[in-house]
Amino acid sequence: MKQGAELHDVPELPEVRAASMRPVLRPGRWYWPVVGALAAVIVVGLVAWVTQLHEGLGAAGYNDHAFWAIYIADVVTFIGVSYGGAVVSAILRLSGAAWRAPLTRIAEATAVVTVIIGGSFIIPHLGRPERILELIYRPNLSSPIFWDFVAVSTYAFASMVFFFLPLMPDLAMARDRLAEAGRHRLSRLCGACACRWQGNPRQRRRLDGAIGLVAIMVIPLAVSVHSVLSWAFTLTSRPWWNESIWAPYFVVAALYSGIALVILVVAIMRRVWGLKAFITDRHIVRLGFILVPFGAAYLYLTIADFLPSSYVGENGVTSVFTQVLVGRYALWFWLFVFAGLIVPLLVVALPWTRRAPFIVAAAALVDGSLWIKRMVMVVAPANYGRVSGVFGSYHFTWISVAVTLAGVAAIPLLLLLLFRIVPILSVTEMEEMEARAAIAAKSAPAGTVAAAASEERERVLVGSGIAGGPMMQSAAAAADRQHLHDGDVRPGL
Amino acid sequence: MPDDAPAADAGTVSGQPTASPGQPVAIRKVSRRKVLAVLGAAGAGAAAVGTGILGREKAAAAASGARAVASGATKRRSGQVPQWAMVLDLRRCDGCKACTMACQQRHYLHSDQTWIKVYKMTSAGGQTYHMPRPCMMCEDPPCMYVCPVGATFRTDEGIVLVDQSVCIGCRTCMAACPYEARYFNWSTPKPAPRMPGMPQSPEWPVPQVLGTVGKCVWCADRLPHGELPACVQGCPMGVIYIGDLVADVGVNSFGEVIRIAQFIRDNDAVRYQEELGTNPRVWYVLGHDQSLAG
Repeated sequence: MKQGAELHDVPELPEVRAASMRPVLRPGRWYWPVVGALAAVIVVGLVAWVTQLHEGLGAAGYNDHAFWAIYIADVVTFIGVSYGGAVVSAILRLSGAAWRAPLTRIAEATAVVTVIIGGSFIIPHLGRPERILELIYRPNLSSPIFWDFVAVSTYAFASMVFFFLPLMPDLAMARDRLAEAGRHRLSRLCGACACRWQGNPRQRRRLDGAIGLVAIMVIPLAVSVHSVLSWAFTLTSRPWWNESIWAPYFVVAALYSGIALVILVVAIMRRVWGLKAFITDRHIVRLGFILVPFGAAYLYLTIADFLPSSYVGENGVTSVFTQVLVGRYALWFWLFVFAGLIVPLLVVALPWTRRAPFIVAAAALVDGSLWIKRMVMVVAPANYGRVSGVFGSYHFTWISVAVTLAGVAAIPLLLLLLFRIVPILSVTEMEEMEARAAIAAKSAPAGTVAAAASEERERVLVGSGIAGGPMMQSAAAAADRQHLHDGDVRPGL
Repeated sequence: MPDDAPAADAGTVSGQPTASPGQPVAIRKVSRRKVLAVLGAAGAGAAAVGTGILGREKAAAAASGARAVASGATKRRSGQVPQWAMVLDLRRCDGCKACTMACQQRHYLHSDQTWIKVYKMTSAGGQTYHMPRPCMMCEDPPCMYVCPVGATFRTDEGIVLVDQSVCIGCRTCMAACPYEARYFNWSTPKPAPRMPGMPQSPEWPVPQVLGTVGKCVWCADRLPHGELPACVQGCPMGVIYIGDLVADVGVNSFGEVIRIAQFIRDNDAVRYQEELGTNPRVWYVLGHDQSLAG
């Protein structure tokens, strides 16, 4: 992220600051009714869970031939989408992509929220949830489940740190804003969390270093989390679970679904909180471009997974694959292939569908379909009777559906609540981008190099959404904004 | 050396009862006393089954004799503990499921909790035969390795048990067991009358506990007393032999006594899904054109 010169004087971008604090100060009239509705969904889920505790897991559709099913699919799905938010943000930071600035806060917050939900979904899965602390005080180190627990906890902690570090300077900003608005208690809280941030170059340098380090660490950590999660399946001798491809399968699926969720959340947030001036359609399209390689990789892994054992193989895998490809799970599986892989890839690949609304719809398809894929991956091998060769069955009940929907509703609910406390845009990052761009423009000598520098500046501004791309906004408006900000930028150094 | 000399006995018993497919348990020299002990134990089994046939008195006498010798058999002079094993002779099984019913009755299980399950099989030649599947009591039990909290454990007598006061109900053991021998309590377990002096324990998992995993325990509460497990005792065909690999003797409900090592060698007995390396403690004797499932 270090782009040469140190930043001594970073300009304030009043528009960005105002927009980032709008959810905190004036969330809008729709806010509380929506929060209430989401909370109601969660209450229904809790009621369902209490019923399940009372009646036993059979009430959620489980039986001896479907011992793992919907809740494990939920765990994998939620932790998977978390991974996408963290890694997208980390990769964009490390590669110095300037356009990421308005997105990182939302992506990192999504990562934190979903890993918490995913981790909690192990609770409805357990038959005796009140004994879960045994994982800590009497662990069995040879169990993959224990290592899942370690990996997910570590990753959850890391994603929180990764969310918090870039947030610190913005909390200092929020502190002042809240004090102005008379919200003294929240202001004090923000002030305490801001750790005496003043924005001097030394602090900026150190924070930059810390964020860079965590961004590097979060990537192998996330890879390991998803690999370990897959090993909960692959370390058994069940057909289709005991496969080496599952670790990379899980990692790629997690990234794919995670980026899709970032697209969804970004699209919803920018709409409900009027952030379209900063998060443009172009951001969505660019995230769509990131979606493609992972979707393609997942398609490839799916073919690589199915072809060999469909062609020739042992009884168990052959039976399971027959049911998945042309049997009882075929409808679900092919729905996943078309809605989750082929359609989204085409949407981004074809120029006439490569537009924000279509990409958002494709992202929704990806997340829904990958949940279906995980259901098939969990249920089909569990259904297979290894002694008899007969398949059991799993049926949804209102309890399992209600608990799952509660998890889904918890994502927007927690995000809406979170952005009532913290600024929704990473203001400091956007301002630093602006300052860097100004320095680049200023230090460039006349002639061809200046043209290049101004092009760089254009890239930064368009990317960070401050100027808006020529594709999206009228040239005049873009010019106006540019002009406005030129005046704002104070000479650095 | 005289047959019943303690030193000779201790010397001939090998420490490792593990048998691998190619090389069945080495035939050990068996003292007369041990054979007598197991004969006694066999008598107990026969007594239980044959109460009606032999008459109550005779059965009771046999059972008490069995207990007396079995306690001696359990406490080895050399300090060695028994290593329990089962041999199932599929040539005799007619698929009546008496074993399943005896087990369910004894452990107060729901009808779908078939700790010993009888699978109906069809041979290549179209013949129907049956394969009872108890817990295989693997020497390398995958269920034990994957349990995150150590609720599944293996006793030094080779019995794999579940501590239902510890089990968190994650069901990873069900995923790991290649024999589908584990049954979860998905709903409220069948109530059992309170039995004084028999508190719920891994060896006596009665009543079952909601939200935990249960499995066949080979009636581990009975074995030390020289009594036969419910399934062995309940089999009207004498299919199931229960025995001790250290003493190298097994017995079925008819009171027929076998030397396990020789029996499994002479009858080309096999273990189920041997290739998975779980080292089951259950051997199957197959009839003509029969094979194990899977």
